[in-house]
Amino acid sequence: MRPLFGPGRLLPGFRLSLGCAVLYLSLIVLLPLSGLVFKASQLSLAAFWDIASGERALASYRVTFGASLLAASINAVFGLIVAWVLVRYSFPGKRVIDALVDLPFALPTAVAGITLATLYAGNGWIGRYLEPLGLKIAFAPPGIVVALTFIGLPFVVRTLQPVIEDIEPEVEEAAASLGASRLQTFVRVLWPALLPALLTGFTLAFSRSIGEYGSVIFIAGNMPLISEITPLLIISKLEQYDVVGATALAVVMLLISFVMLFVVNGLQWWAATRHGTGAADGAPR
Amino acid sequence: MSVPPARRRATAEPAWLRHLLLAVGLGFLFFFLLLPLLAVFAEAFAAGGRAYLEALQDHDARSAITLTLLVAVLVLPLNICFGVAAAWAIAKFEFRGKSLLITLIDLPFAVSPVVVGLVFLLIFGAQGLFGPWLAANDIKVVFALPAIVLVTMFITLPFVARELIPLMQAQGREEEEAAVSLGASGWQMFRRVTLPNIRWGLLYGVILANARAMGEFGAVSVVSGHIRGETNTLPLHVEILYNEYNAVGAFASASVLALLALVTLVAKTVVEWRLRREVRMLSTALPSEHN
Repeated sequence: MRPLFGPGRLLPGFRLSLGCAVLYLSLIVLLPLSGLVFKASQLSLAAFWDIASGERALASYRVTFGASLLAASINAVFGLIVAWVLVRYSFPGKRVIDALVDLPFALPTAVAGITLATLYAGNGWIGRYLEPLGLKIAFAPPGIVVALTFIGLPFVVRTLQPVIEDIEPEVEEAAASLGASRLQTFVRVLWPALLPALLTGFTLAFSRSIGEYGSVIFIAGNMPLISEITPLLIISKLEQYDVVGATALAVVMLLISFVMLFVVNGLQWWAATRHGTGAADGAPR
Repeated sequence: MSVPPARRRATAEPAWLRHLLLAVGLGFLFFFLLLPLLAVFAEAFAAGGRAYLEALQDHDARSAITLTLLVAVLVLPLNICFGVAAAWAIAKFEFRGKSLLITLIDLPFAVSPVVVGLVFLLIFGAQGLFGPWLAANDIKVVFALPAIVLVTMFITLPFVARELIPLMQAQGREEEEAAVSLGASGWQMFRRVTLPNIRWGLLYGVILANARAMGEFGAVSVVSGHIRGETNTLPLHVEILYNEYNAVGAFASASVLALLALVTLVAKTVVEWRLRREVRMLSTALPSEHN
């Protein structure tokens, strides 16, 4: 830039645009969220803790976190393979398949939910082959993992793709010409370059999964203590007019959201400082 | 990718591993993406084309489609204004608290849709902060259109801004500064210089925001009240029919949303291609040459 002028000194509209942006953000996001915190602050700490650590609440955290962790791990493994295949190999229909990876972003979650439930039900296209083997997916906890895997897939692939594209072929050639096997090259050269992006994608998928509601409720079976996720518990408290209970659980989820946002920012900063323009640019929405 | 074949061999996986990775990767995508997509349409047409069309001509289905379109039409212009304003301030100026502002713009992505719905229920609901006042003045917010619009505004807030900020940062300030120093007014500069530069990025953000606005389920489900023919959006209509074991009806409506998703993917891919070309021109050519 031109320091002589001072950044943007010449350009109009700074106060207007910043004012509008901050006003909109405050009215739509910040004030409503502080309303939630305000409502929760009317609770005593003991009462809040009672609700947040109730038996059903604890079980719902276990289900939500366990399924999200498992789904994000599945996505980390298969997402890495998919991203690698899409960047490095050529095969017919590659561009169509590449575009299809974003389907979970574009498909409404309710549609994903009813479709996955139908596919994995006992008489569904996939379920009919798994049920005789004793594998019950739909209307059981594994169904939650399937739904969250679907939802999280693009996060890992889209975070990794630009990083794999950016790896200079010279680096791999140097390793190969120095006598490294392909495995050694992967472990010593490629893996360290991919790791920050892989972790970022994993965390993005994980944090999206924790709050996910639409796709899960159709396939989960929603049995309290067994397959009930925390967002659903909030809804069922609301339906019983237990607004206080719903609010307390919502505050717990909001705190988790803040922590996840913080972790993602930290990871992207780490990726960017380690590898120049890193995964931060390619992170999907 | 651009490496000549002779050089590639030394740095490629052995053939068996390449085939294995291809099979695993594509197999995973087949089971998790393609099969669900096909299943939507297979289920929708399970009882034949006539049952499908009848399900879509149902009164409740049509009013759900209308409401979904109305919400998108109301939300997107506001979202565009916010996105452009935020990106202009963040990309072209330096100020304190900028990185905090960027983080706060991302916040709606991190909050669970159910929590978003609850938040607006707590403010405008019967027992909420403004509940008694709204009831006294006979204004309906919750379980009506205003709340559906509000939660959708919350959910879609980041899309346009997040797309425009990196693009406008990469474009720098020179062109706008030139326009202003040649005597253009702020509006002229925006219309003749900024808008043509960001149009593909803007469109990209709008496509993503639109898909989310029309497909949002969790947040809308908390505040809509599920009144058939009145406050049911298309995703909520899908849920109601599915829970009534009306599979053909549910999947017929779902297929409309799946079609929307496919249109979104195609539009997104085309715009992405234009956007990449423009960014590549930006990085190779002098800024003044790319108009």
